[in-house]
Order: sequence, then structure tokens, then C-alpha cells
Amino acid sequence: MQTTPAVDMITTETPNMKITVASGKGGTGKTTVAVNFFLSVPKTSLLDCDVEEPNSNLFLHNDLKKVKEVTIPVPVIDEQKCEHCGKCADFCNYNALAALPQKVMVFSDLCHGCGGCSLVCPNDAISETGRSIGNIERSLSGQFHTGLLNIGEAMASPLIKELKTYAGENTVIMDAPPGTACPMITTVEDTDYCILVTEPTPFGLNDLKLAAEVVREMKIPAGVVINRAGVGDGGVEEYCHQTGLPIIMEIPYDRRIAEVYSEGIPFVETMPQWKEKFLQMFETIKEAVR
Amino acid sequence: MKICITSKSNEPDSDIEPRFGRAPYFIIADTENGKLEAIENPAAGATGGAGIQAAQEVAKMQADVLITGNVGPNAYEVLSTAGIEVVTTSGVSVKEGIEQYNKGTLEKVSGPTARAHAGMGRGQGRGGRK
Repeated sequence: MQTTPAVDMITTETPNMKITVASGKGGTGKTTVAVNFFLSVPKTSLLDCDVEEPNSNLFLHNDLKKVKEVTIPVPVIDEQKCEHCGKCADFCNYNALAALPQKVMVFSDLCHGCGGCSLVCPNDAISETGRSIGNIERSLSGQFHTGLLNIGEAMASPLIKELKTYAGENTVIMDAPPGTACPMITTVEDTDYCILVTEPTPFGLNDLKLAAEVVREMKIPAGVVINRAGVGDGGVEEYCHQTGLPIIMEIPYDRRIAEVYSEGIPFVETMPQWKEKFLQMFETIKEAVR
Repeated sequence: MKICITSKSNEPDSDIEPRFGRAPYFIIADTENGKLEAIENPAAGATGGAGIQAAQEVAKMQADVLITGNVGPNAYEVLSTAGIEVVTTSGVSVKEGIEQYNKGTLEKVSGPTARAHAGMGRGQGRGGRK
């Protein structure tokens, strides 16, 4: 007797996706969307990639445990071997090295850790040492990880890259840093879908356009969540219609949502009907990725 | 002795550029032969660390003195390590700056006179991040 392979099982299972929640403008509701989405869709994990100011856990209230200290390699000059040729400083795109006639100075804070200086040194005078930039912390369940950049530290991207290796097997939701600079791009790259959260105001629209251009350039499918719908004007909707950017959810400007937010409670917990809406949004995203 | 002055253009009659790292030009005055030479500052458009690179250039020219408006902390560290004396002035031409120095009316600074990124203008403070 032959057994039929379990093909049906596989096709009906949720594909594991990497979904980023980003925005051009800060304060539009990325964390609100990411946390409520995470709590609504089973078998997902959440990464707070806004490592400069991670705040997802303000709503999740997990006890966090440090799992890794993240370092980047920075150069150490062996003055015995150095002949002050200046090749290292010429190579460095970030001016983290100053080659003076008698001394090479290292400005570790400016170093991006590429290792190029040690490769171009003809005298093998450059070795590397780790400079701590921040930590990765996880919840007990392991479904939530957050990066925490050291205070005053500028190198967010290497920490975000490391954090992304903790994505796990499930569909992962990533709360991105605001803006369209390197930390946002590091978060969004190699993901399957990008949710762009905006507010329906001229400010929201201006920065949505910037973020939408970034993900378009990166060829990542995207959809828009309008938060605080009901305030502002129709500019965001008009822009979305004109550019074919789908609006996948609207969260109304609702006092009840604001009140639970101020208490650190995700609104799907007090308004469970919203879980269904986030699940529908998840279906929309699955369709778009397929 | 070589004096390096930050300049808005490659002419000695032009105003002193108050920013060090992002100065468009350096004018080098050689007090032994009275010659003036203008050099474009390769760090003027750097995404980050302009002061460091500019200071390295000034050290390469073997200048003994730098006359400028302000220096930031990283630039000052490089300049002082290279043994370059830093003096500041403002609102004068390059030529007048040199005269002031020769008369001994300019004061040597003993530390940075501006915070990091002060010469970058508004909203550009972290443009070079990866």
C-alpha cells in the first residue's frame, strides 16, 4: 500500500516571511503596528531593529536577557612595524585614521569595521580589536529580540545586521528605525515585504514618499498603513492611488487607542476585533509576496 | 616657517574661512621666501571626519602654524599630535590674518574651539553613517 505524500499540508502552511515595519517620518506608529501585528498573528517573532531607541518592549513587558554583546573590529597600529606610508588613511572612506609623518592615529568612533586598512598595510602593522557597540537581548520565549545600541554610539547598522541573524524559523516582523538612512536600509534589505506606516498629513506624506522610493529602489513589495486616519488631509491616499501603492490598513484616530497606548497596552488586547484586521492584513501581505 | 590659513578662495585677498575641516582652500605662506601657495582642501566635501583628514593634510604640508576660525576636537587632537600651533581669528582676509600673526596679536588656542560637526551646517550632522 502506498502513502500519499503530504503535499497539501505543505501548501496550506504559512510561508515564513520577513516583514519590515518602516516609515519615513518618526512617530507615525511603527511600533504600534509591529507589536499589535506580532500579537495578532500566531507563530511570528518580533525583532526591534530600532536599536537607537527600541521601545517595542514598553508594550510587551518581557523580562529581557542579554544574549550577546556586539562588537565591530577596529584597527590597532603596531608602531614598531609601521613605516608611516599613509596607505591605511588613504584607504579609509570615513577618515577614521590620520597618518602623520611620525604616527598613525585611530579614531575608533568613526570606524565602520570594514577591515580594509589592515589589508592595504604593506607592513602587516595593523591588527584588529573588538569595540563594543551594543547588546542583543531576548525574551524568555525567544519570540522577541531587541538590539540596544550603546549611548552615544553612531554605528547602528552592524548591530542591526547581527540582530537580524536571530530571526529564527517563524515569520519575523521587524520594527525598523525611522528615516531612510543606513539603519533603515540595513533593516529592510533582504526582506520579503515592507509595511510603510504613515499619518495622513503633509508631513507624513513627505516622508512616506522618501521611504516608498527607497523600497521601490530595493525592489521590495510594500503596502501602506495609515495611522491616525481621520486627521489631516487626503494627500496620502491620493499619492497611494497615483503610484499604485496599496493601502493595506487604516487605524482610526481613536481616543481609546491613544489611552491604552499611554498605559503601555497594545490595543489588540483591549479591542480584540482588531486581531482579525491584522490577520487580514497578513493575508494581503502573503498574497503580495506570493 | 610655514603658516597655513583656511581660505574661502585660492586668492590671498579673500576672507579667512572660519571652518577648518570644511574650508574650501588652504593658503600656505612661507615666511622665509614670502611665497604664497593655495591648495584645495581634499576634506572639504568629506562625508565624515573632515577635520581629521584636513589636519592630516596640514601636517603633510609641514606647516608650523594654522590660522583658522574654529577647530573641532578630532582635528585639534591630530594637529596637536603633529605639533602644529593653532591660532584663531575672524573677519579678516588671509593676508591680514598673516600680518596679525606676524605682529603677535593672535592668541594660540590650547584646545578645540568648536564641538564635533559644527562646520557641517544644519541637519547634516550624521550624513556619513553606514
